[in-house]
Amino acid sequence: MKIRLQQICHARSGDKGDTANIGLIALKKEFYPILRTYVTAERVKKHFEGIVLGPVERFELPNLWAMNFLLHQALGGGGTKSLMNDAQGKTLGSALLRMEVDIEEEVLLK
Amino acid sequence: MKSKIRIASGQGFWGDLLTAPVDQVTKGPIDYMMMDYLAEVTMSIMQKQKRKDPNLGYARDLIPLIEKILPICLERNIKVITNGGGVNPVACAEAILQVARRLGVKKLKVGVVVGDDILDRIDELGSHGMELKNMETGENLKTVRERLQSANVYFGAFPIIEALRGGAQIVITGRTTDTGLTLAPMIHEFEWSASDWNKLAAGTVAGHILECGGQSTGGNFSGDWRSVPDLAHIGFPIAEATPDGEIVITKHDRTGGMVTLQTVKEQLLYEIGDPRQYITPDCVADFTTIQLEQVGPDRVKVSGVQGKEATKFYKVSMSYLDGYTAIGTLTYTWPDALEKARRADEILRTRVRDLGLEFEEMRTEFLGYNACHGPLANAIQEPNEVVLRVGVRSPEYGAVERFGKELAPLILTGPPSVTGFAGGRPKPSEVVSYWPALLPKGAVTPSVQFHEI
Repeated sequence: MKIRLQQICHARSGDKGDTANIGLIALKKEFYPILRTYVTAERVKKHFEGIVLGPVERFELPNLWAMNFLLHQALGGGGTKSLMNDAQGKTLGSALLRMEVDIEEEVLLK
Repeated sequence: MKSKIRIASGQGFWGDLLTAPVDQVTKGPIDYMMMDYLAEVTMSIMQKQKRKDPNLGYARDLIPLIEKILPICLERNIKVITNGGGVNPVACAEAILQVARRLGVKKLKVGVVVGDDILDRIDELGSHGMELKNMETGENLKTVRERLQSANVYFGAFPIIEALRGGAQIVITGRTTDTGLTLAPMIHEFEWSASDWNKLAAGTVAGHILECGGQSTGGNFSGDWRSVPDLAHIGFPIAEATPDGEIVITKHDRTGGMVTLQTVKEQLLYEIGDPRQYITPDCVADFTTIQLEQVGPDRVKVSGVQGKEATKFYKVSMSYLDGYTAIGTLTYTWPDALEKARRADEILRTRVRDLGLEFEEMRTEFLGYNACHGPLANAIQEPNEVVLRVGVRSPEYGAVERFGKELAPLILTGPPSVTGFAGGRPKPSEVVSYWPALLPKGAVTPSVQFHEI
C-alpha cells in the first residue's frame, strides 16, 4: 500500500549556507525501519528533482527514531544571496513529508 | 557545589519574542539566562552599523531588555549570558552600565569577552601561513579579500567561565557559539574538567536544545501542531543540569507550549550535519548517543551523551560583499490568476531583455501556488489569487536598480485585476555572503575584561 511520509513522520528543516538539512523523525519506534528501508538518499534526491541540485547525504539516528538528510545546493546560493522566498529551506521538511512510500500493510500494523 | 542549576533560554535570534526573557526571570526559579542573538550574517550587519557609529555594532534590543529585567535579576541573583555584544561587546557593556546607573544600581559587574574580531589581522595571519581558505569550497581568500566585511572567531564556553569566575553578573560576548552560552555555567558551577568530554558534550547538547528558544517547546512543531497548548504564551525552554551531566529540559509552569520527546527531537535535528560529529570549540558531541525520556509533564530527560576531544581549530565566520539583489511582488486575482501572473512575468522578462539588462540570476515564483515546494506542489485548478514574486541578482548596482523600475508599470500595462504595490519600487539590497574557514587555536587568544559600577 502507498502511504505518505506525513502519516508516519514529522520533520524540521533549516539551512547552512546553500545546504539544507531535514530531520525526519518516525512518529513511532515501529516506523523507524520503514525510513531505513524506503527513505534512502537516492530516493530523497529523486523526490527533490529540480529543487536539490547537488548530492543528498543521509545520516541515521536510531536513538531518536530519526534520519538527518543534507541537501546540497538546494537554496539558490543560500543566505542573502538567494532569491528564493524560502531561502533558508524552512519548508523543505514538509516537502519531504509529501513523499510516498510503497510498503507492506503488515509493516504499518506492527 | 550546587546539586542542580537551571539555565533558561531567553532569545533564540535577534528579533525573537521580546516578552520571553521577561517571563523567564519572573515566572519561576532560574539561575542563569542565556540569549543567542547571532546568525551567520548578523555580524556583517553589526559591522556596518559600527562603521557609521563607533558606539554601535551590538544587538540594540538588549539594552531596553536589560533595563526591564536587571532589578529582578539582581534581586534573585540570575546571571545573564549573551552573545548580543556582536562586533562591539565593550560598547554594549558600557550601555548596560549606563542603564544600571539610571536605575540606581549601586554595584554591577559586567564581564566582556573580546578577541574574536580578527578583521584587522587577516593579512598578518596570512603572512604566517594561515590562509583562511573557504572550508566548504577550498577557494583562496584572495578572491574576496577586498570585499571582506567581518571576520570573527567562534569562541566556546571557556572565556565565559573566566568571566563568571571573576564574579560577572552579566557576561557579554561577541562571536561565541550558541551552545557555549549554556555549557559555560555548567562547567563553572560543577567544576567539570576541560577534558571531561562526555559531560562537555552533554552540556553542548543542552545548549543546542536551548539555542533556538521556543523551537524546542512547541514552536514550529511539525507533528500534531494543533495539540500544542497556548502558543500565544509559549514558555521558552529551561535546562536543569546536575553535576553528573544529566539534563532535564522543561519550562515554567503556567506557560504555553509543551516539552515532549517530539518537540525536543525536532530541535535536536535542527541545522545539524553529521550527527556523530557535532563540532564546537569545546568538544565534539555524538548525537547518536543521546537518550531521551519523558519523566513528567513538560519534562524530558537527556542522558547518555558521549563526546570526544575538541579539534585543534576554531571556526572563523567571515562575510563579504557579493553584489546586489532586488525582489518585488504583484498580486493577481481570479479569474485566471495564475495565467495572468505568468503572462506578467513574460512581459517583464521581455522588457528587461529589451533594456539589455543582464543578471546573474532572475527568479520567478508564484506564491500561493508553488513558491515553496516547486515541482512537488500539487497542480491547482483555479486559485483565488496568486502573488507574482520576481527577484534579480547582479554585481552591478545599476542593473538591479533599473529592474526595480519595471514592476509598477505592469499594473497599467499588463494583465488585469492586479494590486499589491503599496511598498513602492523594490530597492537594491547588498548581498553579504558567508565565508567559513578554520584557524589553529593558538593563533588567537580570547580575553575577558570587567566593566563595573
